[in-house]
Amino acid sequence: MNKVLMKGNEAMAEGAIRAGCRYYFGYPITPQNEVPAYFAKRMPEVGGVFVQAESETASINMVYGAAAAGARVMTTTSSPGYSLMQEGVSYLAGSRLPCVLANVQRGGPGLGNIAASQADYFQATKGGGHGDYHLIVLAPASAQEMMDFTMLAFELSDTYRVPALILSDGIVGQMVEPVELRDFVEKIPEKPWALTGARGRKPNVIRSLWLDDEGVPLNNEWLQTTYETIRQKEVRWETFMAEDAEYLVVAYGSTSRTAKSAILLARQEGIKVGLIRPITLWPFPYQILSSLSLQVKGILVCEMSAGQMVEDVALAVDNTPLYFAGELGGRMFTDIKIQDKIHQMVNGGLQQWQPR
Amino acid sequence: MATKIIFDKPKSMKDVPMHYCPGCGHGVVHRLICEAIDELNLREKAIGVAPVGCAVLAYDYWDFDVSEAAHGRAAAVATGIKRVWPDRLVISYQGDGDLASIGMGETIHTANRGENITVIFINNANYGMTGGQMAPTTLVGQKTPTTPMGREPSSTGFPIKMAELIASFPAVRYSVRTTVADFKGVVQTKMAIKKAFELQMKGEGYTFVEILSNCNTNWEMSPVDANRFILETMVQTFPLGTFKDERYV
Ligand SMILES: Cc1ncc(C[n+]2csc(CCOP(=O)(O)OP(=O)(O)O)c2C)c(N)n1
Ligand code: SF4
Repeated sequence: MNKVLMKGNEAMAEGAIRAGCRYYFGYPITPQNEVPAYFAKRMPEVGGVFVQAESETASINMVYGAAAAGARVMTTTSSPGYSLMQEGVSYLAGSRLPCVLANVQRGGPGLGNIAASQADYFQATKGGGHGDYHLIVLAPASAQEMMDFTMLAFELSDTYRVPALILSDGIVGQMVEPVELRDFVEKIPEKPWALTGARGRKPNVIRSLWLDDEGVPLNNEWLQTTYETIRQKEVRWETFMAEDAEYLVVAYGSTSRTAKSAILLARQEGIKVGLIRPITLWPFPYQILSSLSLQVKGILVCEMSAGQMVEDVALAVDNTPLYFAGELGGRMFTDIKIQDKIHQMVNGGLQQWQPR
Repeated sequence: MATKIIFDKPKSMKDVPMHYCPGCGHGVVHRLICEAIDELNLREKAIGVAPVGCAVLAYDYWDFDVSEAAHGRAAAVATGIKRVWPDRLVISYQGDGDLASIGMGETIHTANRGENITVIFINNANYGMTGGQMAPTTLVGQKTPTTPMGREPSSTGFPIKMAELIASFPAVRYSVRTTVADFKGVVQTKMAIKKAFELQMKGEGYTFVEILSNCNTNWEMSPVDANRFILETMVQTFPLGTFKDERYV
């Protein structure tokens, strides 16, 4: 086995290269600065292109150009930079341009801090930019998954012509772990719609504007049909000790790692608790959550936010009591804290979460 | 009797009516771009970027590959395309609101990188598409919906001279200002565009063609008066000429 020690951010960059990405445009922001530095060194080795853009606005639009030209292309950033990209993300979605984006989340709002956070969940899964669109959103929880999910993101994005987002955080980006290097992808799908110069064919146009009555509604219908297919086929999740569980924790990304430790601690005390961890945040695993909720007495959602994913969990759960534990903007969970919340849930000492 | 064709539609141009206001310079410049592409036999290598502005539908008229770009971001989109296809002819076509206001950052940094693309810049001294508001190029004293008393430098500054500004970057290969307000200007504009394309195809670096063009509708003038306004008044602020024509060493 070919294992090397890597930072999560580096594993993501190497995963992109192994997926055939040869174009990277980005602007420095902590905690993802390893990514542009890695590409700056690595792209020349593989015949690729690294450009340090003048801003995130420029990076996302360079991505738009390279995606329009048919290439596998990526940009990465952290929360404030991702906010700045939102107009471009909407254009990418509207123009059906495949590409991979990453937000290594940090504390917000505003300039916030450079610690890990999960407070960009709404922005990632409910829009962020204008118009009716979705991204395919994958949430890695380890350096290995930073690599694997980035490679998967390129595949899914090309398959559906929908941009894909790696929603990571400062912990997963900065953690150093052994990573098994995956094989290089040999074959990248043909893109007959791409701009290559109209040689022996009709011109191709990349657009999201139609001024007649029909164009924009038709484009939206195409998008909605595609999103429906993705909802049917691409929902991904992981369960941990969930088979016999009487209580469930729901957590994603780095928080799911802490939750697993907490669950092991609680299991030692005889509490039958398990984990469900959404891997795709969009499409969200509503169905599995819904069916598992029928077998348990309580569900605890843990996120490093004031309560964002919990709203999606609430949509999936009918009568099972739902609880929420959050860590705000830049503060991390500990396993002890989650274990404590599990105790409170079991003992009836925790107030149920209510739609507010 | 044998007919001899002495004037025809360029091959790179679609045979459809244009949506531009009659007499507007956009249509003329579209044609000049297509003529230059035909003469250089580059139709199958050309990739255009259409801006947000009156020219957003350029792909309805150009018979080659074209991408839209978000308002102001055409140069960044062109950069992305060019990096993927270094041997294609990449043309970023932009108005003054797009290029010199919202997109100023992308404009300057693309020029400063010496990105091997051609930027065609339509300077019509206002935001044509949204109703003629003040642009960074609006003349001192010029009335627009957002400068109802005329542009007042004490609060809005002075017109930005893009061709001169672009010429100041070492990596820029070619920067000129022409006009399509009269026949001579049209010929010079065509020559400038063709030269810029040739330089790009030789890999010589960033080329910039600023073109003074009328927006007769928002200027509330007849096309003839609007063109006369360019030749008599606009050129005083924006002198025609070549501001840079050399490769950095
Ligand atoms: C982000 C954003 N802001 C504003 C607009 C509205 N808008 C459309 S065109 C335009 C100005 C176009 O003017 P210019 O670039 O000078 O081109 P012209 O129409 O004169 O050719 C503006 C402000 C937009 N589409 N997107
Ligand atoms: S509004 Fe002005 S720039 Fe736009 S098409 Fe009409 S004349 Fe031309």
